Order: sequence, then structure tokens, then C-alpha cells
Amino acid sequence: MSEATTTPLLSLRKVTKRYPALIANDQIDLDVMSGSIHAVLGENGAGKSTLMKLIYGVIEADDGEFYWEGERVDLRNTATARRLGIGMVFQHFSLFETLSVVENISMTIPGNRKELAKRVLELGETFHLEVDPQASVHSLSVGERQRVEIIRCLLQDLKLLILDEPTSVLPPQHVRSLFDALRKLQSKGVSILYISHKLEEIRELCDTATILRGGKVTGAVNPNEKTARELATLMIGRNIPQIEARPHQRDTDEPVLRITKLSAQNPDPFGTHLTDIDLSVFGGEIVGIAGVSGNGQQELARIISGEDLSHNLPVSTIEMLNEPVASLNATERRKLGFSFVPEERLGRGAVPPMKLAQNSLLTAYDKGMLNRGFIRKDQVNDYTSKCIEDFDVRCSGTQASANSLSGGNLQKFIVGRELMLKPKLIFLSQPTWGVDIGAAVAIRQHLLNLRDEGIAILVISEELEELFEICDRLHVIRNGTLSPSLITADVTPDDIGEYMIGTAGAPGDAPQNEPEFANAH
Amino acid sequence: MHIKFERRIEYSKKVLLAVPVITIGLSILVSSILLTILGKSVPLTMYSFFIAPFENFYSITEIFLKFGPLLLIAQALAVGFRAKVWNIGAEGQMIMGAVAASAVPVYLVESTSIFLLPAMLALGALGGMGWAAIAAFLRTRFNANEILVTLMLTSIALQILYYLLLGPWKDPMGFNFPQSVMFQDEALFTPLFQGTRLNTSIIIPILFTIAVWIFMEKRFGGFKLEVGGLAPNAATYAGFSAKGAVWSSLLLAGFAAGLAGMSEVAGPIAQLQRSITSGYGYSAIIVAYLGALHPLGIIFAAFFLAVIQIGGDVALVSADVPISAVHVFQGLLLVFYLATYTFVNYRLRIHRPGVLQSAKVSS
Repeated sequence: MSEATTTPLLSLRKVTKRYPALIANDQIDLDVMSGSIHAVLGENGAGKSTLMKLIYGVIEADDGEFYWEGERVDLRNTATARRLGIGMVFQHFSLFETLSVVENISMTIPGNRKELAKRVLELGETFHLEVDPQASVHSLSVGERQRVEIIRCLLQDLKLLILDEPTSVLPPQHVRSLFDALRKLQSKGVSILYISHKLEEIRELCDTATILRGGKVTGAVNPNEKTARELATLMIGRNIPQIEARPHQRDTDEPVLRITKLSAQNPDPFGTHLTDIDLSVFGGEIVGIAGVSGNGQQELARIISGEDLSHNLPVSTIEMLNEPVASLNATERRKLGFSFVPEERLGRGAVPPMKLAQNSLLTAYDKGMLNRGFIRKDQVNDYTSKCIEDFDVRCSGTQASANSLSGGNLQKFIVGRELMLKPKLIFLSQPTWGVDIGAAVAIRQHLLNLRDEGIAILVISEELEELFEICDRLHVIRNGTLSPSLITADVTPDDIGEYMIGTAGAPGDAPQNEPEFANAH
Repeated sequence: MHIKFERRIEYSKKVLLAVPVITIGLSILVSSILLTILGKSVPLTMYSFFIAPFENFYSITEIFLKFGPLLLIAQALAVGFRAKVWNIGAEGQMIMGAVAASAVPVYLVESTSIFLLPAMLALGALGGMGWAAIAAFLRTRFNANEILVTLMLTSIALQILYYLLLGPWKDPMGFNFPQSVMFQDEALFTPLFQGTRLNTSIIIPILFTIAVWIFMEKRFGGFKLEVGGLAPNAATYAGFSAKGAVWSSLLLAGFAAGLAGMSEVAGPIAQLQRSITSGYGYSAIIVAYLGALHPLGIIFAAFFLAVIQIGGDVALVSADVPISAVHVFQGLLLVFYLATYTFVNYRLRIHRPGVLQSAKVSS
């Protein structure tokens, strides 16, 4: 680890950013030393991303001062930031799918393409960021796309690299090679600002951690000297609640959800096609679908939920509660005892400007809320207030609009609304995405309790930890195909990671360095 | 210093009420400037626009005569606009309603049956709905944009009207004027007051307004339409049919516009001729927005626009302003409405970076 006792590379003093409803960053002080891998740790909504956007000049601070190598600077646009030597890789990559790697790079970096391609190869070799400069971006894996983004930053005389949740999109094996590359960068004197909410990663990689909570700095520590538990306490301000899970046996002999040989072409030329998906979920078990995002999860979710009926699947491809449902729409499937929590809350699971009461009506109207097509306000309000109470939704009441709630509270409301429908089969996509730890634990505990009552539960998640915590069985989705069913208790996260990158053949295979497709089919 | 629009988290009901007031105020201000440039008397014009229409009983009944079709069409359009179905071709649907209704008296010239008027009502509604259905079909089947389709269908409807008036439906005794026979009394609504043109058809928009209000506020069907407009993905998630929303919005507008067209030919005009719509189909769009797409607001907005249309006629004579003054004023209303409404959802923030500005980039 490099020591820098002199002037910090970047210093922030009392930087503040206000939004109409909240103060996203409240008098933030931050010092990044050169050659340091500096973590910015915090829950969703703690203000990490806002702070990084301020540093990169995407948005402007309302107050406060920035110093670069000791000199006062005005970071008012990204061009200024780049000129200073700041690069940033966003959570959502900004690459054109139809263009090649080098074409993408030449959009922002001057120079002829042959020259650039050569430098891409050189940098790739130096920093363990190998990528084929002539490959089309749409053919690259997520890990490779991330390398392209990092190389693009390196091409501009980089001094500080900002990475926003870089591992949230990577399988465990690729995380390791990313860390190798970052350490290599560090050894060449590049500082790294590493945003994450994953404690173990930060303890492994970073030498300094600044912890944010509610827009304020709550600590600046050496993460190696703290336990994950101590870091978590700084991050959420209290102890992490624990989940109570008991082993449980299936309750039904027949699957409650059975999908047989589901294949669906995606009309989007760069979308994922689903091929030969077989999946069953029994009563009293939680089945999880793991996978790197963009491998067909969204397509599969829309088909299972009945939102996408465009594929004209044979009607018995999907069976719910022993009924063939592939031709039924979302309403008809719900009537059979199915309910669904989509990954997008605002605009899909809930109508943003509508009141919570009206949002109850969205899917629960069949629970006595209508009288010959007339809305029964009392019933709607009763259902809503019960949901608010039972699921601990923090809001101003049944008349609060959906977009006035925090992500976690809205998710609790949506999950509650769907669970109160008393489904026999419930399907959740990314149930705790962007939800604070307390709410996430509450949602997971609810799911486990329901499982114990005999409900069949299907969960799609990108958080492996979450799946291992609650699922009885796991599948991995990759490139639109589903892995065989794996008993959670018998596999490790690394095994799942092999399925994610496609190196899993027979169980127990050592992970290969470069993914070679050897999946079971 | 730079200026930014920031999204408001919440807004009060007062702001919503302020929008039409500010809109009207700004429109009056700008038209006053335009009138001054034209060398017309502003006080006289304003008097003609806003006061003169109320000076005698006849012109008050004329206000209500205009109020009816504006209200009827605007209420239906507002339902569609709330569902984000952009039907701007109510004009064409109105023409086709008038044409379909006129078929009855044109072909049954001699009839004095009491069923003439009911048959015309039914055909008028069906004519408008049929015309709107073309747009609904093209939108749901081929995803053809309803803004373009309804607008183009209006041009086609006009050509159909002209063809009928110049050809098969031309009054043989009409000195070659492009108009149909005058309709018999049994094919006309009864005047409410002797010597005025205001007739019993005024009941239709009033009943329709009540029905729309109940539909949007109390019925699940109205809720579904609104969800479809506010969050299409939530509607799909809930299982509400997006096609259903397009069909019901357009058919409702066709129904209302068709009835409005029928009310014109079976009312003040009493025959089919080239200028049956008086631009109601377009003015109703402004009415719907000026009324904040709310059934109650639309009543006031329809009345206001009816007043300025009558006032425009007065001003034409008394203040010597051009006939287009009314259209300019209507246009100003819409522009200022849209501009003002932006401030309901956004607030303007003038940003002064203060101390940060003095620091210079060093690199």
C-alpha cells in the first residue's frame, strides 16, 4: 500500500447538495490520497452516487469547496473533471451496443482507431483488462464491458478513477479479476474511489473507507481494522437485524408452478432469447433464480407474470395450480392465486402520482372493493390501512401518494398488498433492490414465514447473499437458459458463479480463467 | 448564473386554480398589445369580448348554444387525454356524426314521424364512433399514431362532406348551393325560447357531463383508464388492457362529437352545409385543457370559450377587429395554459454558484 502523507489528491470541504425534498449531501468532508483505494460506503439513498456525480461534475454542488492537489477547483462539468484526470464508470454503462470496442472509445478519445486499438491491447495487458478492441459491444459479457469503460478512462491520463457499485453486475469469479486490475492501477499511482454497500469487498480491497448515512459522513476508518459488523453499524446506525430461518419441507406433491420447455424469441436484435426453460416451484419452498442482469431475467419475469403474451406459447408451457395459463393475462392469473412483485416499483408496481389507496385498487380490486363497477372507498381504505400497519409502511397514511414514499417503504407496501391477496404462488423480482437493510430483512422474513405456511415462492435476484439466505433451491439464468436445479445447502457461491459465467460442467470443476461455454445441455 | 427547472414534490390546489386565471390574464395582456399595434381600441374590444355578450337575452342564449357542443366534446376528449390517448380529430368525428344524422331527413324528406329525431341521434352517435373507430383500429392493430390518424381523418371527413353536398345530397331546389334540403321540423330540436336558436339539445352535454364525472370519479373503468395514462406499465402489470383504453377513449369521443354534430344540423343550422362544425372539435381541445381535464373545470372553460366566441362576433362589428382575433386569442390561451401549467410541476430556480465561481480551474 502506498503511503501519502503530503497533500491529498482530492479534498472536499463542507460540500452540500440540496434537492427539493432532501439534502442529499450535507457538509461532506472527504480526502482521497494518491495511490489509495478509498471506499465510500453507505446504504441506498445515503448520498454516495450524488457525491460521486458532484466530484465528476455531472451535477453542481450548492455549497462547499473542492481542492485538487491542494488547489481550489471549480468542478462544474465533466470536461473539467476529465481534464484534471478524473474518470468515472457508472453503474449503467454508456456504450453503444452496435459499435465495436474501439469505435466506442474513439467517440470520446481523439486519435485514429488503429492507434487506439493498439493502446487498448497494451493497457489490457498491463492492467489485466484484456478485451478484443474489434469485438462488437453487444457480444461482450458484462465484465468485459466494464473493462472497456475502465480502459476508456485510462486512455486519458487518469489520476482518479470513480467506480459506482462495480461488482453488483459481476459474478464472483469476475470480481476477483476486477480487484486484480484495481490493485495494479493502484500500484501505478492511480487513486480509486470505490462506491459500494458490500462490506466484505471493502474490507478486502480498500485502505480507507468514508461512511455515509443520510447524506452525512458518519465515519472515516481503515476498513481492515473493523469487522463487517462494526462497519454495518456505522452504515445503518444500529445493529443489523437477523433473519430467523428454519428448515422446511415441501408441502405439495405437485408443483404449484410448472414451466416446461419455454422458449421465446426476443424481437429486440440485442435482447436475450429464452431457450428451453424448465422450472417448477412446489408449495412450501422458495426457489431462487440467480444470474448477472441482462441474461433473460426481465423477459422471463414478464412471461411468467402474464404481462408479455406476445409469444403465443403453447398453453400448457406454463401451469399454475395445475391450470395451463400461458394464454391468460395478468388479471386472470391473479384470479387463480398468483401474485407478482415486479422489480420496478414506480410506474409498474405502483402508479407514482396516485394515492396508496388507489394503488391498492390496482391489483386488489377483487377483494370486495367493487360494487358493480363502482369503487367502494371504505373497503379500499381499510385494505390500505391494514397493509400500512401490518407491513410497517412509513407514510402519512392511505392518502399519501406513492411517489412520496422512500423506495424501501414503497416496496414494503407493494409486497404487503400482494401478500394480502393471499396468493398460493408468489413471484418476486429483485424484492430488496434499493431497499434499506432493515426493510430488506423484514421482507425476507415475511417470505420465509409464508413458505412455512406452504406458499410456493419464486424469487429472481442479483444479490447472491439474499438468495443463499432464503432459498431452498436455486437456478442460474445465463444467456436465456436456466441451469439445472441446485439445492442451496449443497452449493457454494462460487459454484453459482461458475454457472453465471458458463464454466460449470460437472460439479467440482475448477473455475477457468476465460469463460468457455460448457453448460449442461 | 443559470436557470433550472426543478421538479416540485408537492403542489397545492391553489396553484391549480391559479393556472387558468394567470392563463387568461396573460392572454388578455398579449392580445391587448396586438390590438394596440393594429391600432384598434383595446377597451372597446375587451368590452365587446367580455361584456357585450351578456347585454341582451338573445346573445346570452347564443352563448349557451355554443357552450353545448364545446362542453360535450371537451368532456369526452378530457377522458381520453387523461388516458394519454391524443385524439385531436373530434372535428372530423363531429362532421361524420352530422353527415350520418343528416341521412335520415335527406332520404326521408316527406316523413313527419316522431322517430326522426331519435333515429338521427342514434346515427349521429354511430357516425362519430365509426369515424373514431378507424383511428382506434389503426392504433391497436398497427400502432399507428392516433394524433396523425385522427387529424388526417378530419380532412377526409371534410372531403366526404363536400362530395355529398356537391353531389348526391345537394338540394335540387337550392340554386346549386352546396347544401342539403332544409330539414323538416320533426327532424329538429324544439327551441327553448321563442325567437332564439337555443334548443332542447342543451340537455345532452349536461347529462353527459354528469355521466363522465361519475365515470372518472366513482367507477373502476375510469380508474383503469387513468392508470393507463399515468403509468402504462402499471396498467399492463395489473392486467388492464391498453387496447381497451384506446378503444374506449376514442369511441367515447366519437360518440360525443357525433352527437354534437347531430345537434348542429338538427338545431341552429337545420340542414347539412359546409360550415357545420364552427371549429368546435378544435376549440374543445383548448376547453379540455383549460378545464384542467376535470369535469367541473371543463364546465367553466366551455362557458368562457363560448363567451369569447360570441364576443368575437360582436367585436368584429363594433370594434372592427379581424375575425381571426378570436382564433388568435384561443391560440394564446392554449400556449399560455401549457406554459403556466409547467409551473405546477416545476419550479424555476435561479442558481448562483457564489464562492465557487471565483475559483479557477488549475490544470
